[in-house]
Amino acid sequence: MKRTAGLWLLIGLAAFCLLPWYDVRGSFWHFRWFDTLSTQDAPAILWAIGERPWLWLPLLGLILSAAALFLVKSPVKQAQALVISGALGLGLLIGQGLFVVGFGARATVFEGVTQPGMGMGAFVFAAALLFIITTGISGLGRGRGDAFITGMVGAIVALVATFVFYPMAFIFTSAFELRGGQGFGLTEFLPRFFAPDIWSLACVTGRGQCGVAVNSTLLGLATATGTTVMGLAFALIFTRTDFRAKRLLRVLTVLPIITPPFVIGLVLILLLGRSGTLTVFFGDLFGIEKTRWLYGFWGVWLAQMLSFTPIAFLVLIGVVEGVSPSMEEASQTLNANRWQTFRNVSLPLMRPGLANAFLLGFIESVADFGNPLVLGGNFNVLSTEIYFAIVGTVADPAKAAILSLILLSLTLTTFVAQRLWLGRKNYATVTGKADSGRNAALNPALRWTCYALALPWAAFTLVLYVLIVFGSFTRLWGYDHTLTLDHYRRAFNIVVRNGVHFTGAAWDSFFTTLSIAAIAAPLTAAVGLATAYLLVRQNFAGKNAFEFSTLLSFAIPGTVIGVAYVMAFNFPPIELTATGLILVICFIFRNMPVGVRGGIAAMSQLDKSLDEASSTLGANSFTTLRRVILPLMGPAILAALTYSFVRAITSVSAVIFLVSARYNMATSFLVGRVENGEYGIAIAYSAVLIVTMLAVIIALQLAIGRRKLRRTDRLETT
Amino acid sequence: MKGTSASAIALAAALMASAASAQSLDVVCSNEQAWCDLMAQNFRIDTGIDVAMVRKSTGEVLAQIRAEAGNPKVDVWWGGTGDPHLIAANEGLTTASGVDTSELLGWAQNMADMTEGRAIGAHVGLLGIFYNTELLAQKGMPVPSCWRDLTRPEYAGEITLSNPQSSGTAYTQLATLVQLFGEDEAFSLLGEIARNVNQNTRSGSAPGRMVARGESTISVGFMHDMVNLKKQGFPVEIVSPCEGTGYETGAVSIINGTPNFDAAKVWVEYVLSAEAQSRGLEVGVYNIPSHPAATTDPEAPDMASVKLIDYDFATYGSSEMREHLLERWGVEIRSQGGNFEE
Repeated sequence: MKRTAGLWLLIGLAAFCLLPWYDVRGSFWHFRWFDTLSTQDAPAILWAIGERPWLWLPLLGLILSAAALFLVKSPVKQAQALVISGALGLGLLIGQGLFVVGFGARATVFEGVTQPGMGMGAFVFAAALLFIITTGISGLGRGRGDAFITGMVGAIVALVATFVFYPMAFIFTSAFELRGGQGFGLTEFLPRFFAPDIWSLACVTGRGQCGVAVNSTLLGLATATGTTVMGLAFALIFTRTDFRAKRLLRVLTVLPIITPPFVIGLVLILLLGRSGTLTVFFGDLFGIEKTRWLYGFWGVWLAQMLSFTPIAFLVLIGVVEGVSPSMEEASQTLNANRWQTFRNVSLPLMRPGLANAFLLGFIESVADFGNPLVLGGNFNVLSTEIYFAIVGTVADPAKAAILSLILLSLTLTTFVAQRLWLGRKNYATVTGKADSGRNAALNPALRWTCYALALPWAAFTLVLYVLIVFGSFTRLWGYDHTLTLDHYRRAFNIVVRNGVHFTGAAWDSFFTTLSIAAIAAPLTAAVGLATAYLLVRQNFAGKNAFEFSTLLSFAIPGTVIGVAYVMAFNFPPIELTATGLILVICFIFRNMPVGVRGGIAAMSQLDKSLDEASSTLGANSFTTLRRVILPLMGPAILAALTYSFVRAITSVSAVIFLVSARYNMATSFLVGRVENGEYGIAIAYSAVLIVTMLAVIIALQLAIGRRKLRRTDRLETT
Repeated sequence: MKGTSASAIALAAALMASAASAQSLDVVCSNEQAWCDLMAQNFRIDTGIDVAMVRKSTGEVLAQIRAEAGNPKVDVWWGGTGDPHLIAANEGLTTASGVDTSELLGWAQNMADMTEGRAIGAHVGLLGIFYNTELLAQKGMPVPSCWRDLTRPEYAGEITLSNPQSSGTAYTQLATLVQLFGEDEAFSLLGEIARNVNQNTRSGSAPGRMVARGESTISVGFMHDMVNLKKQGFPVEIVSPCEGTGYETGAVSIINGTPNFDAAKVWVEYVLSAEAQSRGLEVGVYNIPSHPAATTDPEAPDMASVKLIDYDFATYGSSEMREHLLERWGVEIRSQGGNFEE
């Protein structure tokens, strides 16, 4: 403990004395601050001596913990002193940041004193204080006395607090704000919260439109049920049948996730809209009236099913694969037939996967923004209402905040219901024991049901994607089918004259998007899986609250996150707007919950005896994580990496508020094109993005590979 | 380790050398993407000032600059309907550029006068009715030529409008009808039209696109968007309503508190120049530019051939009037129509 704390002490001191304390103009990593280290990019110590003496306050924490480290002898007392002094330092650091702000945008306590946003020096200093606290906590015997575990918990808690709770506080205070800046109160909140245009059940009880909350709930339940069933059907086909075209199916189940928003909606309109190809074909064939049925609940549902089934599949495939054959063999030895085995053994063991798939489907559906926007018609849902409450003609942040509260309570209810359904049962079947059986094949009826569900679906998806490619090469889809490369040329033109110039309109956003996604993905996977590991394998006080808080950011719709980030990070102490960093951070905390869920599902199947064996052999928790858990987590890592990379490229709702002139993202570019009716270039750009993502995913799959749990040829042949 | 630090220093030196370019400008643009890109590209070539451009709808821009008030991350806002520019000017979110407007057309100068130079008119878009010729012929429906025609029972379920609570286009339409017929009559007219409406879209340009693609038959929107769709090859026709029609004024504003005011002023001068405005035709921009010397397309609508109302921007751009009209629209129109079910 002493060595760890001492190390962090040194790092903190170095940050205080050597690194530029405040935000560096341009980028820290360009190291231009070397030149100006004595003036505007000075470290805290120079500022403290000069015009900003309050910077001595946080150093107090560091000095006290140094004193604790060298003067206090009793280990318990020393640990206590470290915790207290670290917390004091961190508290003072945050306090001075919040009270002394630049530009007078928030209530300042001191007249006329300002400081810019915190930079690298402040960040490293804060981290050092944080880890001194966590080391102290581990010295008190918490987290099995393991400084690595307490440090990890501390880091994740601090990150979630800064990048989820802190910005959300801005949104939630505005829910209770009274009109005309008259302070806060419940008088306007309550009637608006219970307004009939939110909760009306008119579409169920009679004619009329339902409230947006009811719409969102119905849609979410329908989508979650549908995607879970479809995901399970696909997962069963993959693991329990000898279906021949598995590879093709695999590609088809991945394609919708890597499709940029709006594209599925656009193609559905071009196929099934009132003048869509299929509508016209069948309309003329059978003389049916061509209607606008697509614009409403069923259209949105269809698009969401197409978009989100793969997410359910990704969650389920790991779990279905993980169900140990020995359980199924035991069942069959006890004379159960294949249906009974599936019904009473395999299916219950898949519960964590089913529950997670349902939860993800529900959250994805209610937070989805692109599909309801394109296909919603007069069917309004919460996510679009929130968006238009913020960007509409009458900006109403209070309404947006109230709707967000409702959306949040919907997702949280589902979350609690899921926890209750899973209960406290044990689903671990991958143990250290020898295990060489084969999974039972499905009984014929079930197999054909899976085929009947999945194959038409796959065929439809295939048609959609063939059409996307086709559409990107036609001049004006639906009217002029002359083949042309114009759309690609406009987006991705390259001029080779005096060097190479990327003159196409899309290049800028394309490069930005790829680099931001490439930075965000590994970080997201790391944070997500680390959290999952802590949740499944470690016990510490406040674990439930911890799990809840890490999932919260996923339940908050992107639009709200986007506005909250702009509100919170536009001013010191943390100033991030118009940087690429804010996009990276936003992606990490938006997508982390998927890594967490996937990691939990995969890890709860790995028996604890594996960890115990490792610790018995003298490994600490870091080594166990690295040498035992991680290698068995291949699919979960792959899923987390893939998902976060892809989501960074395809997500739209939060991004729209966070893109800046220098960091423009592909989706924001696409929204502009779709709004302008330039479907050709939008689809061409999407096609390029899809191909790029596909290449990256295949590369990842090859690099990470599959975990080898047992014999590979373990399917029972019939 | 030694190798990495050496290369890091070399890299840093290289970056320092390349960072010599003096001025740079962050522009947020609410026009069509291609037009935004082209203007930025030309500006870069002609002035040597580096421009970073992002496209956002006016609602998004207003939300953003409100959130960023006092510490803006963009320098100039160019394009979009004029009302949000007026709101921004009223709220002090934008600042006077001091650019000379005396050469511009009258309506552009009016806008500058009204906002004390904070927002200057850059282009005008006229409202019109738009229909799909194929669908109209198929169903044997008459051709609409006036606002009142939209109430005809033959059009039941065939008209798509946009929602004024989210779209500037739709608000312009609402304000136009109120100015044409008086408030009460305008609302009773809108109520009758609402019975024919199949959808109130969020975006103001969506109805036009839906008509072009044959998803709907008749829509209302800005004529310059419609000219663009027609030129793309869709079977559509544009009508200028017989009672007269309203218009929007697109504007350019400098964000209050920008650190790059000088470069921003150069941008404002640039986008108001005849040469810069004339280039819009290259990318299918058919609205009416504010510089009288800028060239226009013969097929594009022009203010002389269309019967125009005297649009009262001061009254209908004010937030009280806007809130009043939108609330009345929400109560009377949205509840009774606009949700035609098939």
